[in-house]
Amino acid sequence: MTETVLSIRNISKSFGGIHAVRDVSFDVYKGEVLGLIGPNGSGKSTLFNCVLGQLKPDAGGVTVTGQDVAGKRACELSKLGVGRTFQQLSVFPEMSVLDNLILAGQEHRGSMFSRLFGPSDAGLTEEADRMISFFRLGHLRDELAGSLSYGQQKLVDAAMAFMANPALVLLDEPAGGVNLTMLGHLKERLKTYNREHETTFVVIEHNMEFVMSLCTRIVVLAEGAIIAEGTPEEIRANQTVIDAYLGS
Amino acid sequence: MSDFLQLIISGLSTGSIYALAAIGFTLLWQASQTINFAQGEFVMVPAFFILIGSRVLGLPFPIAIGFGLAVAVFTLGFVFKRLVIQPMLPHGHLPIVMATIALAILMRELVKEFYSAEAQTFPALFSEQTFDVFGAVISHQDIGNLAVSAVAIIALQLFLGRTRTGRSMQATAQNPGVAEILGVNVQRMVLYTFMINAALATLASVLISPIYLAKFSNGEPIGLVAFLAAIVGGFNQVRGALVGGLLIGVIDNLSAAYLSSEYRIAGPMILLIVIILLRPQGLLGTSEGRTV
Amino acid sequence: MKQLKILGLVAILAGLIIAPFTQATYGTYVLSSWLVFTVAAMGLNLTLGYAGQISLAQAAFMGIGAYSTALMTMAGLPWIASVVVGMGLCFVVGLILGYPALRVQNHFLAFVTLAFTTLAFLVMRNEEWLTGGIYGLVGVPRPSVAGLSLMDGTRYYFFTLGVFILASLSFWWLVNSPWGRAFKGLRENPIRANSLGVDTRLVTLLAFAIGAAYGGLSGALMAPLVQYIDPMSFTLIISLKILLMVVVGGSGYFFGPFLGAGLVIMLPEFLRFAEAYYLMIYAALVVFLMVVCPSGLLGLLSRGIAAIRSREPAERGDLKEGAQL
Ligand SMILES: Nc1ncnc2c1ncn2[C@@H]1O[C@H](COP(=O)(O)OP(=O)(O)OP(=O)(O)O)[C@@H](O)[C@H]1O
Ligand SMILES: [Mg+2]
Repeated sequence: MTETVLSIRNISKSFGGIHAVRDVSFDVYKGEVLGLIGPNGSGKSTLFNCVLGQLKPDAGGVTVTGQDVAGKRACELSKLGVGRTFQQLSVFPEMSVLDNLILAGQEHRGSMFSRLFGPSDAGLTEEADRMISFFRLGHLRDELAGSLSYGQQKLVDAAMAFMANPALVLLDEPAGGVNLTMLGHLKERLKTYNREHETTFVVIEHNMEFVMSLCTRIVVLAEGAIIAEGTPEEIRANQTVIDAYLGS
Repeated sequence: MSDFLQLIISGLSTGSIYALAAIGFTLLWQASQTINFAQGEFVMVPAFFILIGSRVLGLPFPIAIGFGLAVAVFTLGFVFKRLVIQPMLPHGHLPIVMATIALAILMRELVKEFYSAEAQTFPALFSEQTFDVFGAVISHQDIGNLAVSAVAIIALQLFLGRTRTGRSMQATAQNPGVAEILGVNVQRMVLYTFMINAALATLASVLISPIYLAKFSNGEPIGLVAFLAAIVGGFNQVRGALVGGLLIGVIDNLSAAYLSSEYRIAGPMILLIVIILLRPQGLLGTSEGRTV
Repeated sequence: MKQLKILGLVAILAGLIIAPFTQATYGTYVLSSWLVFTVAAMGLNLTLGYAGQISLAQAAFMGIGAYSTALMTMAGLPWIASVVVGMGLCFVVGLILGYPALRVQNHFLAFVTLAFTTLAFLVMRNEEWLTGGIYGLVGVPRPSVAGLSLMDGTRYYFFTLGVFILASLSFWWLVNSPWGRAFKGLRENPIRANSLGVDTRLVTLLAFAIGAAYGGLSGALMAPLVQYIDPMSFTLIISLKILLMVVVGGSGYFFGPFLGAGLVIMLPEFLRFAEAYYLMIYAALVVFLMVVCPSGLLGLLSRGIAAIRSREPAERGDLKEGAQL
């Protein structure tokens, strides 16, 4: 039996009259790449935000490697080894790409004290450079993140999620706006990372080809509830899923 | 008890004038995210435009009011929007905050140096006659002020809700991007908002100057009260600013009567902090959208 | 480029050391007050420029520092003890004042801090038993260092310069440390920063507290300089003046407050001829400046440099790499 990294139990969240997420439960196992798909507005991002402490769920609980994380703030989850990206672009525009990546890792190095009196880069320049070349951003290292193109910023955003060596990474539409070549490249990066570090992924994505070829298992949401779960082949053949997407 | 009633009514009367200033304030915020720290001076200055019209140019008083209104709408509406606010809009709140604070000082100094540092009497629209209601002494002026403000606010609401231009202005306030796509001339709508604000300020000026006299230093308390009213009511609501204005008018009147001490101004300040912390969206406002 | 910068700094420092010998007493006093206000503006630059939290409370913190120093040194305690107490007090009050920033931003925060300044002013004015009320405290002594009295204006200037340099160096260290990066992260994207493990709550509070402590230090330098303090020196207008220094110089730039404080302090000296119109001209200049360069003088400068650089045929690595992809 494989180890459960993330366990989502009966999460519900509504905004006013909109039930964005309804009683969703599933587990994520160590080393897998789980796809989370569903039509626009089906509650995927809201679920992420409930899991990661950005929003407070109305009901339900979340455990990370067996530890209850209810009420924990996003920064505390990050310290537990959970990385993420946001659906909207989320870089630090007035900082260089290098500084973006160092900031992404520095809070996981040393103590408050050593971060004040220690080296200015928290000893992360090398690591950040490695990440920069891993995502093929080398030529942009010293540019301001805000001056990059949309797709490039998306890559910086993804790279940031890995700086703290997380055990679990939740990616919200990493492929949105990234061009085809880069997309294939991104997929390879994620697969490599998954293989080499045993990092577990949960990926929200609308690009079906990307999801089907990357993920080992897929959960489908529609109108806030799970309507299907299975391997990519099973999902592809599932009539309920097809109906949900066609909006019958 | 009759004293109390009297305080309430005169509080509502000044409160309705504050509401005019507060509504203008929230309109500017909605249309262009401009916090006008000179709003109090915007209420102070039109009285002097009118005084220039009647005393310097010798116009009859009603025409002088029209003159003052026109000058105010041009300078405090058009010029303010085009030459001061517009260039700063892409650069966030901070420059606007600094510039409007400086503008407030500039307007104060201009009036002081070029008109007079003394308080000026200002003709009242309504007589100071009073009548009794349940023993409370109520002046025509109080009732007149309330009525004029009420008419102005209702007219504004009708304009915003019922006319094409008004609805375009509201669309602009809610989502300039979408409004633009729908063919609304966003910049023009924002300009209209600034001009309406200037007109509301002029009206407030005409109503309040007979009570407090026209003086260069009047802007500061009025601006503060307008801001308080906007916060109490919620920044994204005309209705809120109205309720906030009335509430502040009454509270101010009561605290002036019942608790005058060295810390009197501390009362509204603490009220402000408490409201901001407990209900940042104001008593009537709704919170401003999603963050993640 | 770097050498040029260092050379420039050395030249400025040399200028600051020679300056009092070329100046009459009054000139030295103006220079000292520039140093004092730069320290306060530096603190506000941390809160506002680096961490993105607006505050109109810096004058109140100067007040806390100044009154602590005045009361303690007049009671015979050493200056250094009063600095520790004043800065500590400001740090704690700054932490408390930071709490509203966890809930509200922008204009709301501006008004909460404005209200705080007003309340602090009321306490200074009304609690006569402690603060001397409107008459203030007269006869604040100047400290002596290693038995050397600093009563002389020029000596006190050098003392202030020394403290100023120490404060600047620590500030430089702070904003270039990982903490500085966390402050900027808070300013640019608090939600993302939080998700990367930055404790944004703590960082917000620290931005207020450290900024406030600099305000306290500035007050502790100011009280012995003017030797007489009263509540009018710490009103909202003074808070606005400090804010103006930061914004005009360029908020978020290390040297912004240095330049801004210089302008704001020196300008009245140059506008003396204008007499009654002084405030008017001053206000008009501020409006004009904000309209033509909203990001401050250093913001304008750095945009200018960037524009010149981009006109040079720079090495476009991304184009080369782009072709491969
Ligand atoms: N902060 C919020 N306030 C109000 N409604 C919200 C908020 N966040 C999400 N919603 C609503 O909740 C529902 C689910 O939104 P969510 O962003 O989770 O969808 P999604 O599955 O991520 O969609 P997409 O694929 O388009 O990103 C939508 O109807 C949305 O309008
Ligand atoms: Mg989404």
